[in-house]
Amino acid sequence: MRVRAQIGKVLNLDKCIGCHTCSVTCKNVWTSRDGVEYAWFNNVETKPGTGYPTDWENQKRWNGGWVRNSRGKLQPKQGSKWRILANIFANPDLPEIDDYYEPFDFDYDHLKSAPELDHFPTARPRSAITGEPMDKIEKGPNWEEILGGEFSKRSQDYNFEGVQKEIYGEYENTFMMYLPRLCEHCLNPTCTASCPSGAIYKREEDGIVLIDQEKCRGWRMCISGCPYKKIYYNWDTGKSEKCTFCYPRIESGQPTVCSETCVGRIRYLGVILYDADRIEEAANSERETDLYGAQMDVFLDPNDAQVIAAARRDGVPEDWIEAAKKSPVWKMAMDWKVAFPLHPEYRTLPMVWYIPPLSPIQNAAQAGQIAMQDEMPDVRSLRIPVRYLANMLTAGDEEPIVHALERMSAMRLYMRALSVDGVRDEAIAARVGMSGRVIEDMYKIMALADYEDRFVIPTAHREQVEDGAEIRGGCGFTDGNGCSTGSMNKGSLFGGKKKGFTLPEETF
Amino acid sequence: MDYFLFGIYPYIATAVLLVGSIARYERDPFTWKTSSSQFLRRKQLIWGSILFHVGVLIIFFGHLIGLLTPLWVFDLLGVTHGAKQLLAVVLGGFAGVMALVGGGMLFHRRWTDPRIRKTSSFADIAILVLLLVQLVLGLGTIFVSAQHLDGHEMTKFMAWAQGIATFQPGAAAAIADSALIFKLHIFLGLTIFLVFPFTRLVHMLSIPIRYVTLRPGYQIVRSRRTRPLAEGERARDRVARPTPAKAPAAAAARPEPGE
Repeated sequence: MRVRAQIGKVLNLDKCIGCHTCSVTCKNVWTSRDGVEYAWFNNVETKPGTGYPTDWENQKRWNGGWVRNSRGKLQPKQGSKWRILANIFANPDLPEIDDYYEPFDFDYDHLKSAPELDHFPTARPRSAITGEPMDKIEKGPNWEEILGGEFSKRSQDYNFEGVQKEIYGEYENTFMMYLPRLCEHCLNPTCTASCPSGAIYKREEDGIVLIDQEKCRGWRMCISGCPYKKIYYNWDTGKSEKCTFCYPRIESGQPTVCSETCVGRIRYLGVILYDADRIEEAANSERETDLYGAQMDVFLDPNDAQVIAAARRDGVPEDWIEAAKKSPVWKMAMDWKVAFPLHPEYRTLPMVWYIPPLSPIQNAAQAGQIAMQDEMPDVRSLRIPVRYLANMLTAGDEEPIVHALERMSAMRLYMRALSVDGVRDEAIAARVGMSGRVIEDMYKIMALADYEDRFVIPTAHREQVEDGAEIRGGCGFTDGNGCSTGSMNKGSLFGGKKKGFTLPEETF
Repeated sequence: MDYFLFGIYPYIATAVLLVGSIARYERDPFTWKTSSSQFLRRKQLIWGSILFHVGVLIIFFGHLIGLLTPLWVFDLLGVTHGAKQLLAVVLGGFAGVMALVGGGMLFHRRWTDPRIRKTSSFADIAILVLLLVQLVLGLGTIFVSAQHLDGHEMTKFMAWAQGIATFQPGAAAAIADSALIFKLHIFLGLTIFLVFPFTRLVHMLSIPIRYVTLRPGYQIVRSRRTRPLAEGERARDRVARPTPAKAPAAAAARPEPGE
């Protein structure tokens, strides 16, 4: 056993209202720069839909993630190391910027600078790459917002596998949900494995996966390696960039920007202890449907005395062990089993998990009553097909999803009985294998979701990782080595970007 | 003039290449990159890039081995000068055409595609032009070589290159009477050496050898600890540790925080 800690994340899709506040605040902080206008470290997709970049879930096309090869060994789907190197001059699996969208801005200046005209001046879109006017905007980061576009296109969604999808194109039977996505900070990241330069790494202390900008050479194998398409090529700097999990905030005990600003309170952050020695075995599970369970086996119970002893030995700080005991992520994923990894079949062991959404009963309107099974609403008759959610969250295994949805609807029934009738109905809890006390805790964390219940983030131990005297007067976060004395004021000798340096002007 | 261009300029160019590359790697590692534009436009890149790179690599190693291997090695192996020249012409010609076709595609794409044109720096375009001109000159020398197939002319270039590499003062004299096209080819080649550290060409020094040889497995985990955990304790119940972090080696000597 080799214990490591990671700040894990859970997103409660049952509460996501699709407001995109997470995407916008993330964009303002991290990707409001040249070269990454098109990149959204966090984006929200409307499902069913093909998403952003288009068709990202279709690994037959992009070859992201891992596969078990014929000898039963794990290797990136785009190829083993030699195969990746053989493609280094031109990567056949690399998406083009048009698979995301051509970034654009509007020519607002024309509105005020236009001369007197017969017609009202308009602000035309201009490409952020060439600066040329664009005739038509073909795509955006959220092109299928609220089921936009024809069903024939949206229904190419990979999660319809094994679902009779035609009826969901009918207005009466349609369904939708939101899927906010960010880097999964996987236990077994394919981006890291694909990087020929060794620039991508996972941090031992908190599990955050980062790209060393000075080591990245722009071979761009990580982009096709990541099955979630959450590595973005900055076409201006020629380097890859990705979600940083707002590590400067996490280190100081604050939630990531997307989590902090989430108005629906759907995002949870907490410590998960895991056994680093079992990652490979879990990722290499024979059947895809075993992967969800195998990943849970990698997680370690923070209340187990043996685990605690091993964690201390492996240098996990005491307050991190304590935080792991209170982790909302552990509770939802492991205690209540209502959260699931996104596409475990990619074999990356993702660490951002999702609680599937409840939805209205499909045939309630027609039948005039709710389909009940053992006095519980039958979750298999929900408007969102269980198979669809299972394809997304458990590699197609419906049982765990049904189980989670039943617990969530039981929570509603129980709390309704408690607040309307004032009755603690243990029978409801017992039907889903829980107790009233646990359901009330579940309600407190999942429904009320107070700030301190959502975010249990121990601070980084700076005394272990840096020498204060050395970083005094140092450089903050910059784009590359902007603080290096190697780059001169008037543009760098080696082709780096010009970086203006202005002293604040004194005003009297 | 010949003495400067072929006796002194090689040292200037090589010195700038070495010192410049080291300085850039050391001072401005963020700019050390391939600057790939495949992401902006895939069209023409896949074939262009593969043809160009494979061709250039064959030519590069052909020149390196052909020019710097001492003559007696070939004599020992029983390769006549004429045969060696024929090999150089055929292999070089084939790779040269490959690189020229690929490079031509890349240049056409870079010049005419608005996305690539707008995002190209002067250096990006200039270095591609330099390389293409150099390829044309190099292929042009084949026609001169074809007039004397005994390999004698070629041995003069070998003598020059080996003379320069071993710091012989009179090396430039070896090629004083060569055809103009050879001299132009050599001069431009040295000029490419000279500008090498200031262009994207530096990416050819980043060969991912570690990836396939030294790096165990696929994953990389970095520890931020300034002092590594006691190794004996950690190794007690396991066979191998993950890839060690970047910090420990350099930081091991630091005093414990708080001391």
